Amino acid sequence: MSPFQAHDHEHHHDADHKPAFFARWFMSTNHKDIGTLYLIFAIVAGIIGGAISGLMRAELAHPGIQYLGTWASMIHGGEQSLDQSLHLWNVLITAHGLIMVFFMVMPAMIGGFGNWFVPIMIGAPDMAFPRMNNISFWLLIPAFTLLLASPFVGGGAGTGWTIYAPLSTYGEPGPSVDMAILSLHLAGASSILGAINFITTIFNMRAPGMTLHKMPLFVWSVLVTAFLLLLALPVLAAAITMLLTDRNFGTTFFDPAGGGDPVLFQHLFWFFGHPEVYIMILPGFGMVSQIIATFSRKPVFGYLGMAYAMVAIGVVGFVVWAHHMFATGLSVNTKMYFTAATMVIAVPTGIKIFSWIATMWGGSLRFPTPMVWAIGFIFMFTVGGVTGVVLANGGVDDYMQDTYYVVAHFHYVLSLGAVFALFAGFYYWFPKMSGKMYNEFLGQLHFWVFFVGVNILFFPMHFLGLQGMPRRYPDYPDAYSTWNALASHGYEIMAAGMAIFFVNLIWSLLAGKKAPDNPWGEGATTLEWTLSSPPPFHQFETLPVIDGGKDH
Amino acid sequence: MRMGMMGLKGIVIAAGLAVAGLSAAVQAAPQAAAPAVQGTDPGQQAAAAPGNVSNVAPTTASATPPADAASPALAMDGAPAMSSAEVNKAGPDGRNIGRPTDGMFDIQPQVTRNGQFAYWFHNKILFPLITIISLFVLALLIWVVIRFRQAANPVPSKTSHNTAIEVIWTLAPVAILVAIAIPSIGLLQAQFKPAPAGAVTLKAIGNQWYWTYQYPDNGGFEITANMLKEKDQVAAGERFRTDADGPRLLAADNRVVLPVGVPIRLITTSNDVIHSWAIPAFWMKLDAIPGRLNESSFTIERPGLYFGQCSELCGPRHAFMPIAVEAVPPAQFAAWVRAKGGTMPGRNADGTAKSSDKVIPQPGADANPTEKAGEFATPPAGLDPATKPLPATPQGATNNRTGAGNAGM
Repeated sequence: MSPFQAHDHEHHHDADHKPAFFARWFMSTNHKDIGTLYLIFAIVAGIIGGAISGLMRAELAHPGIQYLGTWASMIHGGEQSLDQSLHLWNVLITAHGLIMVFFMVMPAMIGGFGNWFVPIMIGAPDMAFPRMNNISFWLLIPAFTLLLASPFVGGGAGTGWTIYAPLSTYGEPGPSVDMAILSLHLAGASSILGAINFITTIFNMRAPGMTLHKMPLFVWSVLVTAFLLLLALPVLAAAITMLLTDRNFGTTFFDPAGGGDPVLFQHLFWFFGHPEVYIMILPGFGMVSQIIATFSRKPVFGYLGMAYAMVAIGVVGFVVWAHHMFATGLSVNTKMYFTAATMVIAVPTGIKIFSWIATMWGGSLRFPTPMVWAIGFIFMFTVGGVTGVVLANGGVDDYMQDTYYVVAHFHYVLSLGAVFALFAGFYYWFPKMSGKMYNEFLGQLHFWVFFVGVNILFFPMHFLGLQGMPRRYPDYPDAYSTWNALASHGYEIMAAGMAIFFVNLIWSLLAGKKAPDNPWGEGATTLEWTLSSPPPFHQFETLPVIDGGKDH
Repeated sequence: MRMGMMGLKGIVIAAGLAVAGLSAAVQAAPQAAAPAVQGTDPGQQAAAAPGNVSNVAPTTASATPPADAASPALAMDGAPAMSSAEVNKAGPDGRNIGRPTDGMFDIQPQVTRNGQFAYWFHNKILFPLITIISLFVLALLIWVVIRFRQAANPVPSKTSHNTAIEVIWTLAPVAILVAIAIPSIGLLQAQFKPAPAGAVTLKAIGNQWYWTYQYPDNGGFEITANMLKEKDQVAAGERFRTDADGPRLLAADNRVVLPVGVPIRLITTSNDVIHSWAIPAFWMKLDAIPGRLNESSFTIERPGLYFGQCSELCGPRHAFMPIAVEAVPPAQFAAWVRAKGGTMPGRNADGTAKSSDKVIPQPGADANPTEKAGEFATPPAGLDPATKPLPATPQGATNNRTGAGNAGM
């Protein structure tokens, strides 16, 4: 039975009083409504970012420049020069990266599911700072607008999501890069505020009896993620502020002509950027842990190991950043250190993979849609993880750096890791959030079509990388044709999978069966399943008391 | 599960020990018989040390003056001497050398010793290991899904701890990673071994969007390499790419010429934004960063044409600034240098030998300190640098001295 027993089954009458539409959705301080806003935002951003990757795969389907000139003309009008067409390519890859990282995965995981379920899972009525929660979300709107508008104001930011100086300083004048930088500033401020909110909520607002070691692993994952955000994002903010002053006010932080150093920017960026990749995956770890335990009808295996593995990943994630810079001329000792430190991360990651399997081991497994996504996550994340071990070797990166092998690697951990976790979480909590059941057949179909599609899309990229194809190329030598063509077909299959998802989403919202409080049975032991579906507007007006004896 | 992990660990440790022994063997092997092309066989690599060549003028005994038709010196502003269509033909396994092969699953064949070591490290240790681990996890998942499905196991167990298994799955990955780290650190050490005296220095300078190359040890002449456009992309009469130049997007109007068997000291820097000088067949990738001089070294062990591409995003024509290296015997390299108006070390500008440079340290100097360079030769007729003053504009074949570049469609 559940260790989490809510003693607040009846809902107070006032609990479901909702403000009028504008006040509810535009001035919201309710964590569930803000979570919903975040999820809608992430879905919109995901459609845009995914459509951009569709443009990229269309261009890359065959050698030669196919469509860039046409698209550049559509955006800027008139005949566009070759350089402007090629610049559009860089704008597309930059936008795809920034959108998927800052406006899709992060808002969905932390803003969406974190907002929705962290307060509920710890038995809190809401977040600690509801109004700050509101500004966290609404900062994203101008941030996203700035990024999306930048190609129409200037030529677009074509710096890559890594915005390396000096390509992003004297390498690209005009307002577009400034807008992209301001966009990151706002998105970063949003995330820092959100992180403060989550840390405060989790430390101070746990229900009586909810000790840290009884918190569901999803809450643990968001706690670790919030600390990473809090410590990493100010470094990004500093770095991009220096970019701004280099661009506009004559400073030379990153300009060797004034005594600066471009490599300094890379150190600052990756000191943020590497924790950032764990920011994107850790909440996914948390969600997968909940889902695997639920559908195994078994508590998570090695709870403490799982929680502290995430802490370890978070800590070590801060001391491995320069493995992104193995080709920048680091010294041999630096490369050896970062090689060894990076490999260390494989240990807590391995603990998590094996613990998930051990959670299923001996369980009584059912395979509704969230569970198949979670199992798919485990395998795909493993594949992405082991190529990470290859890339950890500084000596190997004299070959692999900036090739498609790297692209394959980080899409396996993100596009097949983080995104699988997002879909798992979405199907898992959709009945709770909407009060409607999703269509099981469409959910399973979505999984299999998407699974086949993304593997055909991304697996050949390993081969392209092994053959030496560099990243961020709009055109490639003919010898890379076969795998690129296959990858583009994979995109088509994946896109069909996404169409199934949206059909399912709309159908379920309109015509889905009413969801019971707990559709998943006795394996679902966290507090959200003790509430109605959807939960009352204000839950836990009387705090639940957590009994159930021992910590995990 | 336990047996599987232990077995795996055993394999990995054995492999780690094997490579530790191998790297010692590589360092000890001073002389080359025939340069190995691919590092598929560790034994092959051990025999791949460079011979007694250096960045000095060739001897009459060991080098014949290059035949005119085959001389890269004549490739300055015409069709290339070394035809891409004829050299580096795919080997019996269907793999091209020095350029990508369509539909391949594997790394490009390596023609440097470190490349062969790294190739071996990837193909014989890392790749099998990650494949085994991935398949192991997949097998566990499939087993669990079948064995513990609700129909087969209606009552779930209550087990949520097992200290022994948790210790095992913590320590087994540690052991695997240590086993990987040993050859990995060895590879880094090998890659960071500085080029010995007598190495040829190549300075690669990134520009938006072409490369300029300088040979500071050889009189400091400079060449500029632009991507060659396709026939339908150039005005009538302009040079366009032919199959002899190399594949589309990889062929450059001027190739970097480097000697085979001689250590090359690569120095990279940039005039504008960050670029990256990369040749997959050399296992070489080094960022070219403004305000910095990065250094690395490699020794090409096989004559041929080797292509690479800029590997750090540098603006719109990032994909259109290829790197093309023509590796030739040292004598041919010396002839090319003189034809470019450069000099060979150990030789005054008038072509007479410098007395102070009689003993030039050799590439394998640490292993073979007594090996001496041969006597200096009279330069091949017609290529005497004394009769060819250094041109004011070292490279006349390209028109982009304004920095505009001429790559593109």
